[in-house]
Amino acid sequence: MATDTVLHDETLEQKGAWDGGKKPFKASYGKLMMWYFLLSDAFTFAGFLIAYGALRFSMPTWPVPDFVFAKAPFLHGEWPLIFVTFMTFVLIISSVTMVRAVQEGHRENKNGVVFWMLLTVVGGAGFLGCQAWEWNTLIAAEGMTVTTNPFSNHTEGGIYVTGEEMESKGFKKVVVGGDDHHGDDHGGGHSEGHGDEAHGHGGDHHSITYYLAPDTEDIPENRYFVKSDHEGVVKAGEEFSEGSPYLITFGHGSHMYEYGAYTTPEDGQIKKEEFGPKAFGALFFFITGFHGFHVLSGVAFLLVILINVASGLYVKRKNGYEMVEKIGLYWHFVDLVWVFVFLVFYLL
Amino acid sequence: MGLSYEESKKVVFKGLILLGVVTIVEVLIALVGNGHVIEGFTLPRIIMYPLMIGLSLYKAYFIVYEFMHMRYEVKGLAMSVLLPTLLLVWAIVAFFQEGSSWNQRREQIKEKDKIELEGQTGMLLPPATKDMQ
Repeated sequence: MATDTVLHDETLEQKGAWDGGKKPFKASYGKLMMWYFLLSDAFTFAGFLIAYGALRFSMPTWPVPDFVFAKAPFLHGEWPLIFVTFMTFVLIISSVTMVRAVQEGHRENKNGVVFWMLLTVVGGAGFLGCQAWEWNTLIAAEGMTVTTNPFSNHTEGGIYVTGEEMESKGFKKVVVGGDDHHGDDHGGGHSEGHGDEAHGHGGDHHSITYYLAPDTEDIPENRYFVKSDHEGVVKAGEEFSEGSPYLITFGHGSHMYEYGAYTTPEDGQIKKEEFGPKAFGALFFFITGFHGFHVLSGVAFLLVILINVASGLYVKRKNGYEMVEKIGLYWHFVDLVWVFVFLVFYLL
Repeated sequence: MGLSYEESKKVVFKGLILLGVVTIVEVLIALVGNGHVIEGFTLPRIIMYPLMIGLSLYKAYFIVYEFMHMRYEVKGLAMSVLLPTLLLVWAIVAFFQEGSSWNQRREQIKEKDKIELEGQTGMLLPPATKDMQ
């Protein structure tokens, strides 16, 4: 027995580092390649985030994160960054449960691995659900798309104006739609609209009121609206300072961007809100979408490996559930990327 | 691995608390700094931004070294994965510098675009390019 061991050691020593049979980094091929895949993926994400930074640096204004991401489910009003912080915690907790799954794997404890991996899957799915809600709010409620960004900042101080002020400057009032069904009851929906000019699209007949600049065509770009928010609260008469953020209200009755009309104390001209930096929507949806796709594929891989664990496949391999360790590396990487997405999009 | 089962469980608990607390601190810096917590009180960005970037880098370090077990791998493996990321320092410096240069030379670039586009019809660039902001 003793001679056997000596002989074996000698043959190993005679073999060079390039003769095979040795693990240079004391890690299996699969784990090492997972690390190098993650390195390349890190460069992909870094490329996207650096593109975001370069474009942001190239713009005089940029949407303010704690204004853009201020909505939360079940909560009314403004809750800056609260919901994304919750999302971050969901991902951190699912990362922690993944570490526990890997540890139970090292002990060859099958039931422990199954339990902690199930919790990880729940965390990943929960994160995706939160992201779906966030995207839906931005797209359907606030009107942000890949090519349109209604979030921006005022480049000068001013005050939102009423419809009367616009008319006194020669703007033409236009009322469209809505009163067909109730025309008889109100004795003419248009006069009704005039008496209630602050609520351009309020009331029960959903007519839309906007104002056209003198001698301009009736196309969406020339329509000026009395500023009101998504809840229909009229903001005419409200003052704002230079640099304060705004959102062009997307009218859910009118299906139009309702550019709020304002005037500045300096020149007294009537102006309207302009769209923000165009690249913002594409960058946001592409980068958070690419991360969300990583979460989605992570959940899919977790489920496949979870089924393998439960079926007892890795018991026979006796390698401390190395497959769980590899998907664990991927899952932590997804959390790692979120640290930077969170920093770049929501904090800075 | 370098740690016993009980020790590793402690590291996990410590990691959860640490990542949670650092995240809360980051969000608090953002909210207080932007004047959402104390009326009329804001922090200058030169203080907020380095703090938030530093804390995020610390979170990244903790995830890679403890959760992904980089601390317990052979040094060669760690270096072959971590050192290439230093190339990103170049990318950040180069691209951010270029970005702010576009911002500073905005008017000049717009003027230049007009000159080059005059007299060109049917080219790849649509006419609206001239008026783009």
